[in-house]
Amino acid sequence: MAGVDAAGVGAGGAGGVVLEARGLALSWDEGASTCVRVDALEVREGELVCLVGRSGCGKTTLLHALAGLTRPLSGQVLLRGRDVTGLAGQVSYMFQKDLLLPNKRVVDNVCLPLTLAGVPKAEARERAQALLGRFGLAGCEGKWPSELSGGMRQRAAFLRTYLMGNDVVLLDEPFSALDALTRADLRDWYLGAARELGLSTLMITHDVDEAVSMASRIYVLSAGEGPGEPARISDEVEVGRAAGADAGDFGLTPEFLTAKREVLSALGVG
Amino acid sequence: MARTGKAEWGVRLRRRDVLVPLATAALVLVAWQLVVVFGIVPNFLLPSPTQVVSAIVEDAGLLAQHSASTVVEALLGLVIGVVVGSLVAVAMDRFEGVALALRPLVTVSQTIPTIAIAPLLVLWFGYGLLPKVVLVIISTFFPITVSLYAGLSSVDSDLIDLMRTMGASRWQIFWQAKMPAALDQFFSGLRISATYAIVGAVIAEWLGGFAGLGVYMTRVRKSFSYDRMFAVIVLISVLSLALMGLVDLIQHIAMPWKRAEGNSNHD
Repeated sequence: MAGVDAAGVGAGGAGGVVLEARGLALSWDEGASTCVRVDALEVREGELVCLVGRSGCGKTTLLHALAGLTRPLSGQVLLRGRDVTGLAGQVSYMFQKDLLLPNKRVVDNVCLPLTLAGVPKAEARERAQALLGRFGLAGCEGKWPSELSGGMRQRAAFLRTYLMGNDVVLLDEPFSALDALTRADLRDWYLGAARELGLSTLMITHDVDEAVSMASRIYVLSAGEGPGEPARISDEVEVGRAAGADAGDFGLTPEFLTAKREVLSALGVG
Repeated sequence: MARTGKAEWGVRLRRRDVLVPLATAALVLVAWQLVVVFGIVPNFLLPSPTQVVSAIVEDAGLLAQHSASTVVEALLGLVIGVVVGSLVAVAMDRFEGVALALRPLVTVSQTIPTIAIAPLLVLWFGYGLLPKVVLVIISTFFPITVSLYAGLSSVDSDLIDLMRTMGASRWQIFWQAKMPAALDQFFSGLRISATYAIVGAVIAEWLGGFAGLGVYMTRVRKSFSYDRMFAVIVLISVLSLALMGLVDLIQHIAMPWKRAEGNSNHD
């Protein structure tokens, strides 16, 4: 996949736009008024973009619309220029919870997207089996999800997301349910895996440190000024990270602090 | 993951988990025996446990015959009740209109005392198998409907959204996500229904029939042989327990992942 080193470059850099939202107006519920308005949002080839915002400002609503789970009141979602507004199954989506099916063994859980698409079970298992090692799940194929630790369950959820077969990935706070050490490990692991597998990622989080340590760009979603005003993307912060830097190391650099300060002030903190 | 505490299976029973209830039961039986032996309650009103046991032994052949009819009625009614109850639950889950229409009716149907409609069923369907099976169906379908419907609607809506992002059809979502998630509650309902099944069949037999534990019961009551009355009561309990055990066994086989859950305690 092209544009592996797109991380850290501004508009007009190496990577082309893979996912784009234009003039989106979203509501919580059918028939409700607009609660989130996004004029322009884009994810470029190979980059990891974060969307941060306070709880309840509409991050998940926006992600659902980008995943095609809900239809926006107006506006478009484009995947490599193709209109996918309101179409589910075009991009990979990972929820906050791992949502593994308790009644399927790990291997059958991770190849669920394949079997749902009609791939024969044996072939699906074979493809999943080949990737277990890369996702840190070697030897776990025959286990039930309840036999895995939280971090391992999340890895299985990542593999399942990857097997959805789209290189554009939407992540909804994938690390928030994990303990601090597992979280740090998995962040670095994800950056490496995404680079290797050529994934372009949009991740939402309310953890500013997480966003700054992982993303090359950060969108800040802020609640509307007055009551009844929709939330908007108020700021876009470029993070000056070197391509390939891992999350833990980057978190110790002055560039990290600069970007963190910028995001915090955009959120109205400090 | 936190220790999950008690699990249905997979947890080894400690010795006292068995000994304490056994000792309690033994104590009750001994007290009962003494109450009769010392004439605190006259023997013609209350048979002693040993008399009940000997009644069971003496009438074993007859009891087995009557049990067979009762079990056939109960199983037939239970199977049909489960099928009907499941279909209703699935329809209620699939179509909101059906749920709105049926929810109150299902609830009301359960407030009708079975003992009151049993004579009507005999009047309509005669003294054969049919009225018994119908009564068992009526008393077993409700727990199934309620538990399966609750199980189907309890599925995490995020899971359904996830399945949609994987391009799953409604059918696939039902079979792969909703049904497995509902199984636990379905089996709780089935366990209740299993106990209702035997009792329902016995009640229907009381009011008319040629064979069955209910018929036997009315006969021995008329001849004032209370030791035999107690023998039937014991037998009904045993049969109900056996049926519940069968349900547990089926669940054990149908949900192998539950066994793993019982053993898991990650940190």
